[in-house]
Amino acid sequence: MVCGTGITLRNVNKTFSTQGGTVDALQDVSLNIGGGEFFCIVGPSGCGKTTLLRILAGLEESTGGDVCIPAASNGRPLNSMVFQEQSVFPWMSVRDNVSYGLRLRGFGKKERYAIADRFIRMIGLTRFADAYPHQLSGGMKQRVSVARAFANDPEILLMDEPFGALDEQNRILLQQELLRIWEESRKTTVFITHSIDEALCLGDRVMVMTAHPGRIKSIVAIDLPRPRDIAAIRTTLRYNQLFQTIWLTLRDEVLKGKEIELAH
Amino acid sequence: MAKLPNGGLFIRVVSVLSPLSLLIAWELLARVDAIDTRLFSSPSLIIQAFVPLLFSGELIYNTAVSVQRVILGFAVGAVPGIILGISMGLSPFVRSAVEPMIAATYPIPKLAIMPLILLVFGLGETSKVFTIAIGVFYLVVINTMAGVLNIDKIYLDVARNYGANRRDFYLTVAFPGALPMIFAGLKLGMGMALILIVAAELSAAKAGVGWMIWRAYDMFDIEQMFVALIVLSVLGYIFSLLLDAVERWIVPWKQT
Repeated sequence: MVCGTGITLRNVNKTFSTQGGTVDALQDVSLNIGGGEFFCIVGPSGCGKTTLLRILAGLEESTGGDVCIPAASNGRPLNSMVFQEQSVFPWMSVRDNVSYGLRLRGFGKKERYAIADRFIRMIGLTRFADAYPHQLSGGMKQRVSVARAFANDPEILLMDEPFGALDEQNRILLQQELLRIWEESRKTTVFITHSIDEALCLGDRVMVMTAHPGRIKSIVAIDLPRPRDIAAIRTTLRYNQLFQTIWLTLRDEVLKGKEIELAH
Repeated sequence: MAKLPNGGLFIRVVSVLSPLSLLIAWELLARVDAIDTRLFSSPSLIIQAFVPLLFSGELIYNTAVSVQRVILGFAVGAVPGIILGISMGLSPFVRSAVEPMIAATYPIPKLAIMPLILLVFGLGETSKVFTIAIGVFYLVVINTMAGVLNIDKIYLDVARNYGANRRDFYLTVAFPGALPMIFAGLKLGMGMALILIVAAELSAAKAGVGWMIWRAYDMFDIEQMFVALIVLSVLGYIFSLLLDAVERWIVPWKQT
């Protein structure tokens, strides 16, 4: 399959085999994410959002359909993923964690530390650059894994609820920072969140997924002007209209998801 | 639990007083002939035997010989143990190929294969080093593999996502991630090495702390036997302090 600059999925399926039979995690997912687009995914828990992202990251194989991701250019890594769970290496200092991708790509110590320090300053952890993760709070560790992905300068950023564990102040700061970096670099970004607000503040489009199996329910274009100010954008009428639209779509799915859970 | 004032000092005093009072009791019981000094000696007799052994250089020489064997055997056993253990942890293929052999041969007492080792390697240094190496190897390989298998899968995902090659997996995830368990294996291995040195020096040795014990047995020299036993205990203590220090230096991120 020939790929453009974006990501193309055609009829992608993913089935997991368990002891009780097979589970359909993803069913017939077809979608196009443009090069440089900020694409958000919301959906009830267990709808296969993370599975979809792991397929894009190359950590999981789809069981059917085509996945098309552009090849890496000029030595930049294809994608870097920010995982939902704690994924910062306990055996590396903050600085070594943030420069991990650069180390694997053969950057010298001096060079990669200089780059890493810039991103450590961005996440506000300069004082902790030499600290080990067990000395940090959960939110600080999550910021480190965000910086690790940014510092690697990938073609595609894959983020799985990266700010879910953060307190609100830090979340807003990092959202704003993410927007700033994205405006500068226009990296293709796929961003999973459980927060409609976050999806609206960040995304160009928001995809709502159905639960069990995960399918595309709808894709909503977010026509809010850029560059966005996260505090100001929430007061606009358009934001509220979009919020309403997405919530009504999502609500049915969340309720359906609950029914299925209860039925089991 | 509420901490008593000076609790730390009190605990430390107790840990010095209790062995000291045991020594005093031993000496007193020996003095009043409540225990047979021909078999159990007494602290003062042991010190009397210790001083000439020390100043003649005999004790130091024998200790040095044993220490050299222990360190060599430890290294020869631990290094392949770590490398193979990491490979077994990372690769299901290597694991399924090697694990049955390890599981089948691990329970064989290392002393039981000493005669075979002597036949293969002769009576020289090699057989002694090899005996120790085998004992250390098993403990290190098993612990290292468990250490790698215990690493949270998410870290392997991160490495994969960041484009790690085989060497990167070894050096940036498997080895550092398994280090706490590797050190647990090394500490057990060091204990095993001290057990095996005495056995290895039983046969065909002309020096060493273990050899001193067996010579003392032949000559019914109980004091010399106790001196050698004390040297072994001090050696074990020093080695464990050294390993602890190395661990603090290499594994600074270990949560205690």
